[in-house]
Amino acid sequence: MAATADALPQRQAAMRRVGTTAFALVGVAPFFLFALFFLILPTMFLIVGAFKNPAGDWTLGNLANLFQPTIISAYWISIQVSAASAILGGLIGFFLAYAAVSGGLPAWIRPTLLTFSGVASNFAGIPLAFAFLATLGRMGLVTVFLNEAFGFNLYRTGFNLLSFWGLTLTYLYFQIPLMVLILTPAIDGLKREWREASQILGATSVQYWRYIALPVLWPSMLGTTLLLFANAFGAVATAYALTGSSMNIVTILLYAQVRGDVLHDPHLGYALAVGMILITGVSNGTYIWLRSRGERWLR
Amino acid sequence: MKQSTFGPWLAMIIGGLYFLVPLLATFEFSLRMKRGEYSFEAYRVVFADPGFQASFSYSVALALATIVLGVLLVVPTAYWIHLKLPKLKPLVEFVTLLPLVIPAIVIVFGYLRMYNSSSILPLTNSARGTDLLLAFGYVTLALPYMYRAVDTGLRAIDVRTLTEAAESLGAGWPTVLFRVIFPNVRVAILSGAFVTFAIVMGEFTFASLLNRPAFGPYLQLIGANRAYEPAALAIIAFLVTWACMGLMQVIGQGARMVSRKR
Repeated sequence: MAATADALPQRQAAMRRVGTTAFALVGVAPFFLFALFFLILPTMFLIVGAFKNPAGDWTLGNLANLFQPTIISAYWISIQVSAASAILGGLIGFFLAYAAVSGGLPAWIRPTLLTFSGVASNFAGIPLAFAFLATLGRMGLVTVFLNEAFGFNLYRTGFNLLSFWGLTLTYLYFQIPLMVLILTPAIDGLKREWREASQILGATSVQYWRYIALPVLWPSMLGTTLLLFANAFGAVATAYALTGSSMNIVTILLYAQVRGDVLHDPHLGYALAVGMILITGVSNGTYIWLRSRGERWLR
Repeated sequence: MKQSTFGPWLAMIIGGLYFLVPLLATFEFSLRMKRGEYSFEAYRVVFADPGFQASFSYSVALALATIVLGVLLVVPTAYWIHLKLPKLKPLVEFVTLLPLVIPAIVIVFGYLRMYNSSSILPLTNSARGTDLLLAFGYVTLALPYMYRAVDTGLRAIDVRTLTEAAESLGAGWPTVLFRVIFPNVRVAILSGAFVTFAIVMGEFTFASLLNRPAFGPYLQLIGANRAYEPAALAIIAFLVTWACMGLMQVIGQGARMVSRKR
């Protein structure tokens, strides 16, 4: 008896809640409509196109056609450059962030490093390519300086700015600062007490890193490295301004395909884009997942 | 136990060299346009170029439009999510992170397929329509940064109390939103706006593939045809980025100091 009497107002309240939720949804409608029209539907258009042939029938042929030497090598060079710049950027960025946070350096180092990282991580694209051409190009300051001061001809060693290592070295200019920016809060989360406690208990520095610091830091470190990977993988402008179309990486191939259908098959172009989404999707999806794990220690 | 600072100093010095040498080299290179002497000739040539003026002001206008559209889209949404629909928060956050997952070149490829002249919504038929599409595209690119900034700002204030106080004084929702919430998160909005500005000014892929005369495609054109002007332009672009990030920090610190004084 009492239960039914209680249930009635509860039900009314529940119904009112459903009503207000439906009304509340109207408030977020513009956002979801925007995301639908300018993010999700355009991407879906390409994904659907990748699984259709010109006649409009479903097919896996476009994806199978990706496995031809030029396309595979484009993906492979992209993956190599992105991985090299992500891993190197991750390691160097970690050492810089760690040195600034707990290296015992003067207090002005840290804000200077963070401010500069904020700028440098946004200084990408075409101006960055110009800067590296002026530094390490054939007429660049460092190239000329090494030649005149030490008689060391950089380009005779086989180095070329318009190559794998040249592109990686250039990408590091925005990769390292991004790592510094994201990892500094995580390193701040390493409490001084943990180190002191481990020392009092007789742990060596190696043991401290092996059993305390790295287990706390690795989700952020690995996650951010994956973010850097995707960041480099999707980059177009730097590589395009640096190498023109002389370097066969997948973003430049897709750029040429969008401009002028160089593959002579629009649906193969869609498949090329879908392959890129798969790679950055897995990479960034893992990053987002790892970030939520890493944040547990920052509270 | 005193920690040795040799390793950290070494890391900082090597890092510092890697980051400063390209800037110095670019600056030095940009001064060499006149043979045998240093001069600002390259900068003079760049500033006098009508193409520079047109593309730079086009990108500034586009950046401002992007900021206005982005703020009008993100602030009400983030506010509404905080106030009424906290359950939707993970979904909205996921959507705002999507532009990091889908490369920009893929997004613009989709636009060209979806909004071309033979589609239902042929935005690319007219220059104005393409400008609008480009601005929407930039709102998308800036979404992760803008949303994160505004979300952090809203977390720092008591959204519910402010709303209820305003409503009990008779304010309608436009008043609540524009005269109560906006002023309270203006620091967050500004920091999102500066990041957006920096992104739009340097962007190449969208503008180039949508064929609009923005600063990015202009840079590419100069880079392919000139020797000293690109270095000067790189320095100018670096200063623009530096100004955006510097202003962002100053505003953030100013706000922190004000709140500490309170």
